[in-house]
Amino acid sequence: MQQRNAFYSTAPPDAHDRERLENVHPTGWRNPQPAGRYNLVVVGAGTAGLVAAHAAAALGAKVALIERNLLGGDCLNVGCVPSKAIIRTARLYAEMRNAEQYGAQIPGDIRIDFAAVMERMRGIRARISRSDSVHRLIAAGVDVFFGQAYFTGTDTLAVDGTKLRFKKALIATGARPNTTCIPGLVEIDYLTNENIFDLTELPRRLLVIGGGPLGCELAQAFCRFGAQTIIAQEKPLFLPKEERDAAQLLSDAFARDGIEVRLNTKAVNIRVEGGQKLVDLVSDDYSITVAVDAILVGTGRVPNVDSLNLEAAGVDFDTITGIRVDDFLCSSNRRIYAAGDACLEHKFTHTADASARIVVQNALFLGRQRLSALTIPWCTYTDPAIAHVGLYVRQARERDIPVKTFTIPMHDVDRAIADDEEVGFVKIHVKERTDRILGATIVARHAGDMINEITLAMVAGIGLRTLAHVIHAYPTQAEAIKKAADAYNRTRLTPRIQWLLRRWLTW
Amino acid sequence: MSSESLINEQRLDQLQRAAFGYFLQTVNPANGLIADNSRENSPASIAVVGFALSAYPVAVERGWMARADAVERSLSVLRFFRDSDQSGSPEATGFKGFYYHFLDMRTGARVWRSELSTIDTALLIAGALTASMYFTANTPEENELRELVEMLYLRVDWRWSQGGAATIRQGWKPECGFLHYGWEGYNESIVLYVLAMGSPTHPLKDNSYEAWTATYQWEHLYGYDYLYAGPLFMHQFSHAWIDFRGIRDRFMREKRCDYFENSRRAIEVQREYARRNPNRFAGYDENCWGLTACDGPSNLLPELANERRRLFGYAARGVPYGPDDGTLSGWAALASLPFASEISLCAIRNMLQRYPEMLTAQQYSSSFNPTLANADSSAWVSDGHFGLDQGIVVMMVENYRSQLIWRLMRDCPYVHAGLRRAGFRGGWL
Repeated sequence: MQQRNAFYSTAPPDAHDRERLENVHPTGWRNPQPAGRYNLVVVGAGTAGLVAAHAAAALGAKVALIERNLLGGDCLNVGCVPSKAIIRTARLYAEMRNAEQYGAQIPGDIRIDFAAVMERMRGIRARISRSDSVHRLIAAGVDVFFGQAYFTGTDTLAVDGTKLRFKKALIATGARPNTTCIPGLVEIDYLTNENIFDLTELPRRLLVIGGGPLGCELAQAFCRFGAQTIIAQEKPLFLPKEERDAAQLLSDAFARDGIEVRLNTKAVNIRVEGGQKLVDLVSDDYSITVAVDAILVGTGRVPNVDSLNLEAAGVDFDTITGIRVDDFLCSSNRRIYAAGDACLEHKFTHTADASARIVVQNALFLGRQRLSALTIPWCTYTDPAIAHVGLYVRQARERDIPVKTFTIPMHDVDRAIADDEEVGFVKIHVKERTDRILGATIVARHAGDMINEITLAMVAGIGLRTLAHVIHAYPTQAEAIKKAADAYNRTRLTPRIQWLLRRWLTW
Repeated sequence: MSSESLINEQRLDQLQRAAFGYFLQTVNPANGLIADNSRENSPASIAVVGFALSAYPVAVERGWMARADAVERSLSVLRFFRDSDQSGSPEATGFKGFYYHFLDMRTGARVWRSELSTIDTALLIAGALTASMYFTANTPEENELRELVEMLYLRVDWRWSQGGAATIRQGWKPECGFLHYGWEGYNESIVLYVLAMGSPTHPLKDNSYEAWTATYQWEHLYGYDYLYAGPLFMHQFSHAWIDFRGIRDRFMREKRCDYFENSRRAIEVQREYARRNPNRFAGYDENCWGLTACDGPSNLLPELANERRRLFGYAARGVPYGPDDGTLSGWAALASLPFASEISLCAIRNMLQRYPEMLTAQQYSSSFNPTLANADSSAWVSDGHFGLDQGIVVMMVENYRSQLIWRLMRDCPYVHAGLRRAGFRGGWL
């Protein structure tokens, strides 16, 4: 197994991966001669960097894009894309095993072909890499430089000795796994999102340390592939930012899948003995040593802010929270902005995308768009998936906003019943005695798709009263949202209104 | 249909008295400790002792026990706690005025490496205060009883139990200090906060109750607005001692509701869940419900080892998100009587008619599960009788019949002070 920060890729060099690498870091690439002064130099070609480069170039700006590794960043290469590809196969295996639940026969011989799972993933990744390719960037007029960037002044930087001058710059260098907190880890081979998708064999026994989105998604997927999986989470529940019921349903789902769930548990020591990895786990007054073949670390992410010589540019930063930016995403150097994981608390592809668009407007076109104005949904793609947008009840109450939650369990939704996907709920939080949506949490098989309707409503200022008038195709699981809106409408029928209606209907 | 025709007073009396019988069957007369459950070698549970201390006055009023006997039993256990080892060592009985959750029936030492439990200590102290409010005669025994209760209450260091946090921690262990969990979200712990806020010696910080209620979720579910908590006991336990009718804290004022009405709605939600029965378990309907903390079948039992569904053993079952393995508690309907008598009486009668096997000598077993029917079609029934279940039945049936416990605790100055500091106003306050 390869340690993190591997250059390029250690995936099997099949046709799929050759295609991907040709798109995201072609062999024999030669950096162009820099143009005079760029309107925008973008450091980092993950989601934020690519979006900013394409958007700025499309608007006529002279743009340089610098990447030290692979175009597409984590999302394409070692994040969302490969994880969702293998999660799909994992779900299929789970459904095959539960075939009787759907009135079908369990296939006689369910064999896990892990190599095929990963080959399919590589094929999907290669296909999606076309849209992030260097060729598209060149066609868009972007100068692409591969190499390590470092600032040499407040309006200059260098890539492998080549100097670039800029009017504005964007730091979009992303983040990497935080693996510093577990004693003994650095002495052994371990997995993170950066190398787990390069595996060619399924580990027989897997310990996942960390119960955030990455740990939860991959623990469930690998368990469904047949790995004996333990997940150890230091907090009392998984996904500690999510609401209690959501996290509890996820714990229950994990237990149903056969994952050994260890909450309130900390890994305090890791060592190798007899070819296996021994990990000491401690939970309050209880400790146990588990033996596994592989360890996946998902204990958070830290921003990539080193090696950039930010001091020379006058850019303030913190090694934990990243580049310090204001609400307009401008750093302490008014020429330099940041976007994506390098500066944001919410480290998601879509927030990287949205923040990059803000930077293009603010840096190049005197825009005054604010990060705080964004309505950001997110989703953890477990089964059931957990999606959220807006405020949690806790946050609303902390701000002294009276809040009421309209809850529809998925077992009240016809399509969920038909699909045998009844675990979960839609909870929509509104300001008490109004229909204004403050936020929502959805736990459902397709929560990620369903949350978009709530996000749209919030951005457009649409309340539950209007949502109740939106015809939803029947039968769909998103009908749960309509049911919540209908429930709101029924609460408007006060006793007085009911009395008036009865009087009216006496004719 | 009238309540009387559903289940008559005599039947109710039988069930209540049988529940009280638990405390006579499982007491260690030498120290007054009561077993957690009826199984062999069960340790004592401090919370069950709290229920016993509250049940003795009921027994005296109902003529099931002589006053002197009740006083003697109460004194016995109160003296035990006064004299108990409070060093906080792994084999002690308590620390800082709190007690370990489970104690050796004979020695009173901590067992099962259990936690120093904040909620269970509160239930114990609530029971002790109930006794002190009832046994008010000017006799040497009853004077001593009240002095003991005063001493035990005043020495509880509630402030310490916050562990520096805004809310009370769930527990503490000598091996690792405070447990990770705090008390968050609505649950059975209002009585804990009220006692802790009302303490003249070690009260919580002023913002503690507000910090806890900030974690509440007010939900509209199945057509009912209510303060959400899944298991039914969370809507019952604090209510066994405190009459929440008409008194409101800031949260309930904002919601134009009170905790008593909230429990009534929680019962309606239980009925709705059972009517929907999303997991298609046998027996569930609007008159057969009761998902709460209880014993239950387990895949570890040899006779259920081949059961493909997950079974949860002893667990806090709840609605609408479970866990739910088809296990219901008949006694939960009795404990709901004060809130929704007609509904509860329907359920009590219906469940007893259909599953009489849940009673042993008129005493409710912890749970039954009709989905796991035996060869003779009778429901699976827990072979355990649990003190918490019997205690809540004795108290809530009494509150339904005479409001005895509520009346006693309404006059308790510490409860008054705690409620007021927590922001309760109105009604009998």
